Amino acid sequence: MDASITRLYLPNGLLVLLKEIHTSPIISQWIWYRVGSRNETPGNTGVSHWVEHMLFKGTAQYPAGASDRLLSREGGVWNAFTYLDWTAFFESLPADKIDLALRLEADRMANSLFDPQEVESERTVVIAERQGDENEPLFRLGEAVQEAAFRVHAYHHEIIGSLADLQSMTRSDLYRHYQNYYTPANAVLALAGDFETAALLERIRALYEPLPSHAPQGSAPPREPEQTEERRVTVEGPGETVYMQLAYHAPAASQEDFFACTVLDSLLTGPSSLNMFGGGISNKTSRLYRRLVEGELAVSVSGGLGATIDPYLYMIDLTVHPQSTPEACLQAIDEEVARLQDSPPAAAELERAVKQAKALFAYGSESISNQAFWMGFAEMFATYDWFTTYLERLQAVTPADVQRAAQRMLRPSNRTSGVYLPTGEAPDEGD
Amino acid sequence: MSLWFSLLLDQPHTMPGLNTFPGSDDITRLTLPNGIVVLARPNFNSLSVVVSGYFPAGSLFDSDERLGLADFTAQALMRGTQQRSFQQLYDALESAGASLGIQGGTHSAGFAGQALAEDLGLLLSLLSETLRQPAFPQDQVERLRARLLTGLAIRAQNTADMSAMVLDQLLYPGHPYSRPEDGYPETIQAITQADLQAFHVRHYGPRGLVLSVVGAVEPQQVVDLVNQALGDWQNPAQPALPVLPPVQPLIEGVRRHVEIPGKMQTDIVMGVPGPARKTPEFLAASLGNSILGQFGMYGRIGQVVREQAGLAYYAASSLSGGPGPGPWFVSAGVEPGKVEQALELIRAEIGRFVSQPVTEEELADNQANYIGRLPLSLESNLGVAAALLNLERYDLGLDYYRLYPSLVSAITREAILEAARRYLDPLRLAVATAGSSAQDAD
Repeated sequence: MDASITRLYLPNGLLVLLKEIHTSPIISQWIWYRVGSRNETPGNTGVSHWVEHMLFKGTAQYPAGASDRLLSREGGVWNAFTYLDWTAFFESLPADKIDLALRLEADRMANSLFDPQEVESERTVVIAERQGDENEPLFRLGEAVQEAAFRVHAYHHEIIGSLADLQSMTRSDLYRHYQNYYTPANAVLALAGDFETAALLERIRALYEPLPSHAPQGSAPPREPEQTEERRVTVEGPGETVYMQLAYHAPAASQEDFFACTVLDSLLTGPSSLNMFGGGISNKTSRLYRRLVEGELAVSVSGGLGATIDPYLYMIDLTVHPQSTPEACLQAIDEEVARLQDSPPAAAELERAVKQAKALFAYGSESISNQAFWMGFAEMFATYDWFTTYLERLQAVTPADVQRAAQRMLRPSNRTSGVYLPTGEAPDEGD
Repeated sequence: MSLWFSLLLDQPHTMPGLNTFPGSDDITRLTLPNGIVVLARPNFNSLSVVVSGYFPAGSLFDSDERLGLADFTAQALMRGTQQRSFQQLYDALESAGASLGIQGGTHSAGFAGQALAEDLGLLLSLLSETLRQPAFPQDQVERLRARLLTGLAIRAQNTADMSAMVLDQLLYPGHPYSRPEDGYPETIQAITQADLQAFHVRHYGPRGLVLSVVGAVEPQQVVDLVNQALGDWQNPAQPALPVLPPVQPLIEGVRRHVEIPGKMQTDIVMGVPGPARKTPEFLAASLGNSILGQFGMYGRIGQVVREQAGLAYYAASSLSGGPGPGPWFVSAGVEPGKVEQALELIRAEIGRFVSQPVTEEELADNQANYIGRLPLSLESNLGVAAALLNLERYDLGLDYYRLYPSLVSAITREAILEAARRYLDPLRLAVATAGSSAQDAD
């Protein structure tokens, strides 16, 4: 573990990570809860995301809107994210105002009100969020692919939840979820920025140690059985553009071949960034871009591998060229994959992937918010070591590892292929 | 552990002067003999460098028949040069972990790139090569055309894009601002390789080009490298920017709907032509806009439309404030059956905003927010580079960010009310909606 990080557990189980950075008068605070759509079952899909929204709706001490106002007043920004495995809240603000963020976050971990009226008004806000998502063909395609790829595991459903569940869940469903999972023993608090560790730690102890804590109830989701046949889904909808998504079952972040798959992703579809804030790199020289886009089979291609607790998916997304077809794209992808399965990539290609990953880390490290993000993020599926050793482990990947990863992961029987087929209804252009 | 990684994790401690905002004593500003303006500010706390800038070759120069030509040209620059093919160009960039993008806008085209500090020379030489010696290879032009046309097909299905486009048509009849800078399918189809070459020859040159470089490089080295890459560029034929015709305020409310079948949500945009960035009342209008629809969870509009009525996931106001009178507008995404209710709520808020001054508390909150958020916006190299370009584009002066707290504090409730009344009138708004009509959505 890097010496400049403080990492410790409070007696109530809260994990605290602190990193002093004195380059800018800013502190970024993140609190992570080990709960996401992975912890949901049919009937309460979307509850984690809705609970996240409710944490902005007030406590007795800071009624709805009050914390928003106080934080904005100090020039802070805050937001929250709900993912498959976790829910995270952050505040970045001028360093001398950090106490406000510390108090707000500790308070809402235990004292959020879930006022029934606020729950009802937020129900329609979340439904509106889902309707906005449904306006997008790629959301509809992604949802269908995810549902087909997972039959048993909770990764089956979209994080935002089904419309039926959003309509039927009650205040007590939400509150139960909150009380179960929002507890110090299930949380990670990470701060980076312009502070003195000893003084900050003392303040954190004062705020969090009095909070009651318990181990959350709930069992791990059932293991997804190995997929043995290719699955195909088609979604129809308005528009003119054909989209395609391929989803291969992929290793969990803590599994050894995750890093070989990361390099494989980089070679096929370009480097994926682990930055929440910071720059990215284009993928014009990646194998699939050259084959599909330069070959005029697609107009864009991208790919990504999620770092997750349980095995999730490696996704390849395509916008199909107007003069091409999804079948032609799929055939070209299979040929490119076969090339990697048949012969290992050149060592130079791997070195390039590592250099790109280094550059992405450099871009991400410019932002204090991003550095604070990294600390808690890694703890959600591994430990902070995962992050500090990331480049070393990428560097250790050999051409034969990449070949083996391609052979294992990129089999047709391990994938779900989805196509969005437009029905061709043209909009009126408004003139 | 590699040396590189220990460098990343063991951050150096504060260096004197680096906690202050950019100002005349730490920004290098220089005009090269050919007219290029270079802005630089070092940041040795980072390992990287950002290059960004703009030049006067935007869609204001486009004819109606070739609308989208400026943007097409800007995007085609990276498709190959006289020295390098598309793949060679991107191989040089991506092998270094660097990025560079060039895009068209209305008044200008812009570029932005990022690299490890040791690769600044590479980044600048690739920028120079693409700006000065693009080849517009025919096969690449066709590939780009297919991508642009696909983009326009996606735009036609996007309720937010279509409502914004129709708002511009309603607000700026007969004015260049009524036109989308990415054109229409028929105008993109009409553009030839020769059009791209001609646009480049005529409009690309050093005059009006502003470039900002921020990161782990000494300013003198920046100036030397820019000089080396772009110092000998000349184009005496470069025309001056066309003069914008005046914009007429709306004389009555106008409304138009774009029907897009199969959508679950309708996007609403309502607004007026707003103040240009350089108008004296801009800062008052901006603070007022923050109170109306930005502060906290989307200000007053968010409070009413999202928090109280639960009608929308987003409902906010925006003030464009560019070189010309860009729109001042409120936008929201709502269920098709709730459009009228949302419009009424927003109209009532705009009515309140122009009839009585904001409260002292609202003003104090928003002033504190404007001043307090400055360090966060100037945290990254990208943020500082954008801030430096802002100084130049709007003649704000190199010490603007240091004077900013006092400028913000000087704005009064009366000044906000006056700015609001000058532009906004709840009875004279343009309203654009895009989505599936309520009856079709069932």
